[in-house]
Amino acid sequence: MKIAVCVSHVPDTAAKINVGEDGKSIDTNGVSFIINPYDEFAVEEALKTKEAQGGEVVVISLGGDEVKETIRKALAMGADSGVLLKYQGELDSLSVAKALADEIKAQGAELVFFGKQSIDFDNGVVGQMVAEILGYNSVSVVVDFKLDGNNITAEREIEGGREVVSTTLPAVITAQKGLNEPRYASLKGIMQAKRKTIEEKDAAIGEVKTELLAMKKPAPKAPGKILGSDASAVPELVRLLKEEAKVL
Amino acid sequence: MANKILVFVEQRNNEIKKTSLEAVKAGADFANQLGADVEAVVIGGEISDFNSIAAYGVPKVTHIKNSDLNVYTTSGYTQVLTDYVNESGADVVFFANTAMAKDLAPHVAVKLDAGVAMDCVGLSVDNGELVATRPVYAGKALIDIKIKGEKQIYTIRPNTFTLGEASDATAEVNVKEVGDVDLSVKVTELKQSSGKLDVAEASIIVSGGRGMGGPENYAMLEELADLLGGAVGASRAAVDAGWRPHSDQVGQTGKTVSPNLYIACGISGAIQHLAGMRTSKYIVAINKDPEAPIFQVADYGITGDLFEVVPALIEEVKKIKNA
Repeated sequence: MKIAVCVSHVPDTAAKINVGEDGKSIDTNGVSFIINPYDEFAVEEALKTKEAQGGEVVVISLGGDEVKETIRKALAMGADSGVLLKYQGELDSLSVAKALADEIKAQGAELVFFGKQSIDFDNGVVGQMVAEILGYNSVSVVVDFKLDGNNITAEREIEGGREVVSTTLPAVITAQKGLNEPRYASLKGIMQAKRKTIEEKDAAIGEVKTELLAMKKPAPKAPGKILGSDASAVPELVRLLKEEAKVL
Repeated sequence: MANKILVFVEQRNNEIKKTSLEAVKAGADFANQLGADVEAVVIGGEISDFNSIAAYGVPKVTHIKNSDLNVYTTSGYTQVLTDYVNESGADVVFFANTAMAKDLAPHVAVKLDAGVAMDCVGLSVDNGELVATRPVYAGKALIDIKIKGEKQIYTIRPNTFTLGEASDATAEVNVKEVGDVDLSVKVTELKQSSGKLDVAEASIIVSGGRGMGGPENYAMLEELADLLGGAVGASRAAVDAGWRPHSDQVGQTGKTVSPNLYIACGISGAIQHLAGMRTSKYIVAINKDPEAPIFQVADYGITGDLFEVVPALIEEVKKIKNA
């Protein structure tokens, strides 16, 4: 079985985000980029599935040349090959989903893993959109995944609990933290990744339906009040919460 | 140009979610500003009283029924909601940004060929069009976006719009029975974790970090959260240490939240954590270290030992609750 994993290249969680000169994107100066943390769970689950059932894992990403670094990371973990859908310019979730769906179809992948969201734009919708475009079943925010023949049993996180979901291949699964423990790339894996192919092609990006008007930093907060350094400050805190903030 | 806003009102276990009522309120307000019609749709469940929806400004309610829709199914809900959006002639759909909406909205968006704005923390009207404000990079930045094209989908973060006063309006309910439901993706079991309130939905969060020292010390945070009707959250440090489940984690690789009150206990305030909670309306920080970054976003701070401050806080809250 061919398994696809879609990954994205995002600023490190520790990165400070500043708005660039265009007022519409981030200033990437001094920002280091990593594989989207949720995508590591997706790659791990794809590799585990391949190890259990046989098959082949292809990593797909979209963007500029810099994204190859993230594809290599997934190849070093053990994926077999990579595809970079080259695109620079405006995009949104639906237009990206169309380009990815196109490639997944061309690859003939029946099982597709995504991270549950990319920690840059945080929409958390591309996996589900790809499923709907391809007519695949989908389960999102998955913390437990089992494949038995064509049958999938997955658990997805909801408010205050989990749903146990039953479906069949072909399917798209979006991974939540807790699904597995992503492996570290071994030195051997890193060396092998250098020789694995990353095919490059132009992305068949779909119509962009959103217009980004402006990006801004959240307004800085006015300095707060330090009420004291021990429990004697508590009555004043409760008074302020009740009378000033009116939240109690 | 919006002609009609349809608000998807979520039911779980036959109960209408409060966060959906916030979306109802927003739907009514923005329909009014845009000169558009507004109605609400509820899928599945046995519900007899829809007046809470009318009470927040949307009297027209359609209840789509089939026993296969009582529990959420991605495939079934996608099918019936898409059909109803088309039938009603709505061009804008509002959801509360819940686990269900995050799964359902993108499926419906593809079916409708609609643009989406997820997890909106603000909406406004510019030249007769909606502008959505939503956090990116876990809240380290915000973007303003407009959705182009005929159909638009917005999901609204809980606690973004305050409900205000309920009116005594009554709902005009149209019950619509539907036939075969697509169950190709089916929920076979619900595993509830003790029915506790989720941090993503709570209007008050009491959160603990590394300074809590160990999992046993969260009991006092649970007690405080219970008294306040809130939920207990945790920093990544506490989750990675195995003290709390990941579902409680607040921050960039956990949940990004905007409660009315966020009480941070023994949390230093790593950039990933601050990003996930800084839009809270009021923030209280309790931390021994006066240099901790959490104090930069706190409205009220106590630079003391949480093991003395939190028990005192519990006693003080009991006093006002009993008063």
